[in-house]
Amino acid sequence: MQTATLPTPVTQPRSAPPEPVGTGVRSFSLTINGAEYELNVAPWTTLLDALREYLDLTGTKKGCDHGQCGACTVLVDGKRINSCLTLAVMHEDHQITTIEGLADAQTGDLHPVQQAFIDHDAFQCGYCTPGQICSAVGMINEGRVKTDADIRELMSGNICRCGAYPHIVDAIRDVMQLNPTAQ
Amino acid sequence: MHNQVIGKPISRVDGRAKVTGKAKYAAEFTAPDLLHGVVVSSTITKGRITHIDTGDALALDGVVKVFTHQNRPKLAWFDMSYKDLDAPPGSPFRPLHNDRIKYNGQPVALVVAETFEQARYAASLVKIEYAQEPHETDLQHHLDTARKPASGLASLLKPPPPKARGNFDKAFTEAPVQLSTGYVHGFEHHNPMELFSSTVVYGKDGKLTIYDKTQGAPNSQFYVSQVFNIPFRDVRVVSPYVGGGFGSGLRPQYQLFLAVMAARELKQSVRVSLTRQQMFTFGHRPATVQHIDLGAQPDGTLDALRHAATAETSRFEDYIEVVVNWSGALYKAPNAQFDYNVVPLDQYTPLDMRAPGGVTGMSAIECAMDELSYKLGMDPLELRLKNYTEEDPNEKRPFSSKQLRACYQQAAERFGWTKRSPEPRSMREGHTLIGWGMATGVWDANQLPARAEAVLTVNGKLRVSSATADIGTGTYTIMTQIAADTLGLPLEDVLFRLGDTDMPLAPFQGGSLTAGTVGSAVKIVCEDLGKELLKLARKMPNSPFAKAKFDDVFFVEKQMRLKADPSVRIDLQTLVDQNGGRAIRTTATSMTNSLKQGKYTRYAHSAVFVEVQVDEDLGTVKVTRAVTAVAAGRILNPKTARSQIIGGMVWGISKALEEETVMDHRYGRFMNHNLAEYHVPVCADIHELDVLFVEEHDDVVNPLGVKGVGEIGIVGMPAAIANAIFHATGKRVHELPITLDKLM
Repeated sequence: MQTATLPTPVTQPRSAPPEPVGTGVRSFSLTINGAEYELNVAPWTTLLDALREYLDLTGTKKGCDHGQCGACTVLVDGKRINSCLTLAVMHEDHQITTIEGLADAQTGDLHPVQQAFIDHDAFQCGYCTPGQICSAVGMINEGRVKTDADIRELMSGNICRCGAYPHIVDAIRDVMQLNPTAQ
Repeated sequence: MHNQVIGKPISRVDGRAKVTGKAKYAAEFTAPDLLHGVVVSSTITKGRITHIDTGDALALDGVVKVFTHQNRPKLAWFDMSYKDLDAPPGSPFRPLHNDRIKYNGQPVALVVAETFEQARYAASLVKIEYAQEPHETDLQHHLDTARKPASGLASLLKPPPPKARGNFDKAFTEAPVQLSTGYVHGFEHHNPMELFSSTVVYGKDGKLTIYDKTQGAPNSQFYVSQVFNIPFRDVRVVSPYVGGGFGSGLRPQYQLFLAVMAARELKQSVRVSLTRQQMFTFGHRPATVQHIDLGAQPDGTLDALRHAATAETSRFEDYIEVVVNWSGALYKAPNAQFDYNVVPLDQYTPLDMRAPGGVTGMSAIECAMDELSYKLGMDPLELRLKNYTEEDPNEKRPFSSKQLRACYQQAAERFGWTKRSPEPRSMREGHTLIGWGMATGVWDANQLPARAEAVLTVNGKLRVSSATADIGTGTYTIMTQIAADTLGLPLEDVLFRLGDTDMPLAPFQGGSLTAGTVGSAVKIVCEDLGKELLKLARKMPNSPFAKAKFDDVFFVEKQMRLKADPSVRIDLQTLVDQNGGRAIRTTATSMTNSLKQGKYTRYAHSAVFVEVQVDEDLGTVKVTRAVTAVAAGRILNPKTARSQIIGGMVWGISKALEEETVMDHRYGRFMNHNLAEYHVPVCADIHELDVLFVEEHDDVVNPLGVKGVGEIGIVGMPAAIANAIFHATGKRVHELPITLDKLM
């Protein structure tokens, strides 16, 4: 097993070529949406790339790869995280839920947040949508939301370039049965 | 056509796919033994590559090849082959063409490896040496080199500035009230959420299936076919879902070229995805400097109007927008002059970005009109109404329809405009200054030809297709609605498909064209299918439809019925059963009625009213509420249309207050090329947005009477916000975005 070394920034001069590090793979398993998946990937593979490139769970989106846009939001043990900012190998003992795992697997019934997003037209292109929905589910789990202003503040880690924000707030308020005029 | 679903707030038919993660975007298709390409970008702005060392990269396990200008395959010789269907006049950029660097961030190498992780690491090991040359990137420092842009095919949809009318110089000099003002905005990048990606699946016979991020699959097919000299039939481009476009997908981007080149050379499937940083290395909204002169009578009547704009373009192509024409069409000033010039700089060619030119020009004229209203001591809305025109003064022809007056009235009433205190800084709550501003929006309602196919299956289900796109606009949904109503079928019996070059040709999705353009094709092809059904009905024994013409029947509740006696009816299923066990298939082309349409100016209009709160101490601005009234002909689906307008309004807030790509001109390099520093609104920035659709009938624009709503939502917003900020603070900011440093 090779050990991982970080790539040298190209802007710094180097004396000797770095040791080749491209092939070191780690074998481990992840529990995603209740199912176990075997992975053989380089240890620096992000959870996001593991999902998209190795497990064909492409519902989780890559919008920036830097934790700036929220499109890659998934739930780890019920908490929302940016899957681009964490390595897959760190999550062997966790329950990971992606957008593919929110609907009822038996009946096909959508999660209430998914249904509310459709009803309120809370998306357009749909690319940020899985992240928005996972983020909303995680936010509801956190139990801090009392008002529209709370939703707006706590959903601000997820960029929607189409600008569906008012409808995203409508959808989440509807699911949480909040009073729209609550301050 | 009996409207059962058209005009109803139908939820998106692709909604379930999008909320479950099943909707697949360009980088999400895969193939056996798929290789991954990562692009290396130039770190200088102008000069030559003197040396490339790929040794370290190639030494890594899993790295298959590093493509550079030194080892790329031979490709088409002539510029013509590199011109996509949206190319402006000039000589298109060719990736990996030679050692020349034309702009910062230019792709200079493609590293292809077995895994993404290997390719990404190897890309960081490619060493490139350059010989730098001095570059010029700052528009404001090179205004002296402004010149007229070359004209080309693109001018068809982008007319040159209108001819001068009257005698502007004399009228302006003699005008009792004069205003000379200027407005500037910097670069903006589209930044759709989906990263530009192409997955090229290499077939056994060398045929390519390409999953591309594009607003027009046929354009990508055309480009690949020309550049690589491959017959059309061997290049299929598929793009069922597009994670936002806003114009960025109107031209093929360089990852498409690189992925196709690699796949053909390696005879293996390849995917190339750009990084967010690389999303700042192609088209953008051009930085633009504008100047406006207005001369008016004391009662507000405009005598003189001059609108001039200078925008940047690249060294290799003359990108143009329609910036100055709008003011001349909106206000009837009898003495007017217009000018539009470009300054070529060491940058990539600009590219249409939501309401290109329209939001640029209207932001300037609508701020200038606001400035004039204060000079006159006149209500800004009253000044607009004073100079309202029922005829397009540029072309001296009527509008096909123009309910702008109703937009002004309805939006003003909803907003409560009459309660406005006219003096700047006269409305406040403690340390919060409150301002109310308004502005007008205008956008084209163009129609282009398009093709569509309709199939009624043996089970009585309708399948309609066209190679158009849905970049989030709602194309899937509205086309399903049009098809359903044309043949009287429930939505669940209709499937509309798009984004595949195997389907009938349609123009790219842009310019608010799709609803009217593809919608007309869908309507016509379904009518043609209806005619086939009538033929079958007429042939049946003792048919009550024996003598019926198409105009004598209508379709509703899965039946064809006689208009004269609706009790005479036949199930569509019965008709399909008459077709010998075969589906019924029709293909049709919708043509534009240029003769009729050419007699009219065809525009969508809007009126926008905005309230801002400005913190007096900190200069922070919050748009607390905004009302937009839109007259855009018939609204096919108020739910998706409302989302389009709200999205446009959010873009307007972004343009007015947040969005700008800032360049360090010493290096010719964008500094904030990421989503943390390129500010766009987040949920907390957006408050109450209200949309009104004003009823408008138009039988000129296209057979459906729709004008499209993709752009009109943004056009009036930035000026309305800037005007509200002036009303709040008494400070006129002439440079967008209006960030807090400009208000301190």
